[in-house]
Amino acid sequence: MCAKKVDAIVIGAGWAGSILAKELTEAGLSVVMLERGDERATAVEGDYPSSIDELRGAIRHRLFQNLSQSTVTIRNTLDQEALPYRRLAAFLPGEGVGGAGLHWSGVHFRVAPDDLALRTNVVARYGKNFIPEGMNLQDYGVTYEELEPFFDKAEKVFGTSGEPYTINGKIAGNGNRFAPDRSDAFPLPAMGEVYSASLFRSAASNVGYHPYALPAANASAQYTNPYGVQMGPCNFCGYCSGYDCYMYSKASPNVNILPALRQDPKFTLITKAHVLKVNLDADKKKATGVSYLDLRTRQQVELDADLVIISAFQFHNVHLMLLSGIGQPYDPKQNTGTVGRNFVYQTITTSRAWLSPKQYTNLFVGAGGAGVAIDDFNSMNFDHGPLGFVGGSPVWVNQAGVKPIAAAIGGPGGKAPTWGEGYKDAMVDTYRHSLTIDAHGSNMAYRDVYLDLDPTYNNAYGQPLLRMTFNWKDNDIRMNQYVVGKIEPIIKAMGATKYSLGMLKDGEVFDTRRYQTTHLGGGAVMGTDPKTSCINRYLQSWDVSNVFVIGASAFPQGMGYNPTGMVAALAYWAAYHIRTTYLKNPGPMVQA
Amino acid sequence: MKIPSSTRRNFTAGLLGSTSFWMYGGHKVWADALQSEGALAYKPQYFNHEEWQFINAACARIFPADAHGPDGALLGAPEFIDRQMDTPYGHGQLWYMSGPFRAGAPNLGYQLPLPPRDLYRQAIAAANMYVRDHHQGQVFAQLAAPEQIAVLKAFEQGKMMLGDVPAHAFFEQLRQNTLEGVFSDPLYGGNKGLAGWTLLGFPGARADFMDWVNQKGAPYPFGPVSMSGETA
Repeated sequence: MCAKKVDAIVIGAGWAGSILAKELTEAGLSVVMLERGDERATAVEGDYPSSIDELRGAIRHRLFQNLSQSTVTIRNTLDQEALPYRRLAAFLPGEGVGGAGLHWSGVHFRVAPDDLALRTNVVARYGKNFIPEGMNLQDYGVTYEELEPFFDKAEKVFGTSGEPYTINGKIAGNGNRFAPDRSDAFPLPAMGEVYSASLFRSAASNVGYHPYALPAANASAQYTNPYGVQMGPCNFCGYCSGYDCYMYSKASPNVNILPALRQDPKFTLITKAHVLKVNLDADKKKATGVSYLDLRTRQQVELDADLVIISAFQFHNVHLMLLSGIGQPYDPKQNTGTVGRNFVYQTITTSRAWLSPKQYTNLFVGAGGAGVAIDDFNSMNFDHGPLGFVGGSPVWVNQAGVKPIAAAIGGPGGKAPTWGEGYKDAMVDTYRHSLTIDAHGSNMAYRDVYLDLDPTYNNAYGQPLLRMTFNWKDNDIRMNQYVVGKIEPIIKAMGATKYSLGMLKDGEVFDTRRYQTTHLGGGAVMGTDPKTSCINRYLQSWDVSNVFVIGASAFPQGMGYNPTGMVAALAYWAAYHIRTTYLKNPGPMVQA
Repeated sequence: MKIPSSTRRNFTAGLLGSTSFWMYGGHKVWADALQSEGALAYKPQYFNHEEWQFINAACARIFPADAHGPDGALLGAPEFIDRQMDTPYGHGQLWYMSGPFRAGAPNLGYQLPLPPRDLYRQAIAAANMYVRDHHQGQVFAQLAAPEQIAVLKAFEQGKMMLGDVPAHAFFEQLRQNTLEGVFSDPLYGGNKGLAGWTLLGFPGARADFMDWVNQKGAPYPFGPVSMSGETA
């Protein structure tokens, strides 16, 4: 096939790619979006009742990446041999149109403003020596005030439900008093509260914390977004995470953006198109387009473009940069290069409280983004001085709908057996009368935690797999333990009959066999210094100025909040500056 | 292939004779279901006779009969597992199965070249060999229930190998697949009579709780329904 030319190529059909494709077509560009997975439409994958089949959905991973074609390798330390992540467990990347944005839960946060300049803030408050040796603490290079219009825009596109605290400086509701000021209300009122969440609200309040309704991209009422597409009201069916919402209530690229985008003649979506690499000119300063494998015909296709947007899942972005030779790969020994540097995760642990046999928590009732949280121990909302760690965790009851297979395999919790005699008794008690509370915490970046290409293992197309070198670190373990300790009084105030606190243990090694979270971040981080960041504050590659890299890969640290709201805001922020500045005068928007 | 129906009938008879089973009110549906010969007549498509007996016995021990209701074998978990063996999952098509295959630290996850169907075949044969050595030539399915439990505990907690398969990895495969069978939609062969869902109070495919978001601690009042509309 001869090379074709378009104005812009967008790699990946998730949230970041769909937002960029929409914005660039609005700007008049011809856009081809390449997605390596299948076409996905709620009329098919969201068709009730097959859409809510737990075995096919969350257990056999219907909407997730099929690792048989490509995966990552993982090791904990630099001197270890990495082994393939052969079975999905610890994290669950998406695949197909909508990406992880189709199977996400819908918790839709903004950002804690202090997190955007975490290094500056920590140094200002506690001094430079407060930062542990080997921790790469960095700023994003962008402020909350700059991003606010784009958080607002994303919430309106997503149909986000929530309760504000302040709007334009005036108290406007009983929302999160640690949340930054807003320019407008949430487009929809907060979601209803399940019994577990309402118990958490009153207990947390009784012990002096400040509970608030989680902002949810689950529609609390019927909604039409600025693109003219409609959402139905959430019925708390509990099939958000891992599923395509059959009610059209959970925001997804498929429901909230693509119906408008697909009608634009300047837009083309090509599925089953696995991008092998971004093609660069001879001196590696300009991208000329991409080479992709048409998975239907197994033919390699060259597609040329003036602008290339890398907007796949976090680690796929980094993988593609490494495979393409964009920027310098990070070397932890020499401490040089930036691609793969500051790979981060989150510290998420779950505690459980059992109520009396008369109190039914009906765990199957839920919505992925709904719940009640406290931010008293998130970000820099508390004094870290005497504690000696950086970071924090929001804490919440986020009853997202617990399905029976996952519950049964996970077991009753506490010290109860996971099979055989006594298992069923305990399982019944747990499923009917317990609730869970999460500490959903940050994870800092470290010199010896990074991404690079694996020396041994290849994907189905003969390319080296991405290698993760990752382990838990003392700073983050102690942060998690501290915050989980703050959950205990809440549980006691609930009148629990018993409880079990889930926390990271001293020296705990990252275990790939147990689901923790899909909130991976970093590896292609944004910043103000090309020595420590891959992309500038507009998410433009420092090295190849017609490449923008959009996603959680831009986060210099793993924040306590769920990442999607920040990813969407950064996508709209980057798109705005491409439209208003870059397209008028293509080239570096920040001089290195 | 011979169906070990006598074994299955024995399980059934034992249960029907148990006072606790009859006293548990919600399981009349079970008495009806078990009287249907059709429900017992599943012919394994993948497992051979010895494997099928092993799986049946193991499912009954992992998810035992008690006052809450029947065991995992009667709930169809063996049929579920047998049918899963001929799916993309059973063939390992959902897993990265390229070499080299190297043993590593357990926290780095599964590293065997065996898809589930091969894992079962190899491990069950080795498990029965282990049992023969320790129990005067008997296989696992012939042991009394307390002995079967002891063997499963040894697999779960021990460091022994069953062929190329660490016994604990085999046990966890068996445990997970048994529970998948008990708690998945009956479409897949298990959760007979929706008894798994009834046990937990999970309402199945209802998936609409608009009017039940917060009942202030009261139980949800409706029983389960399957994707095909079966109720219990």
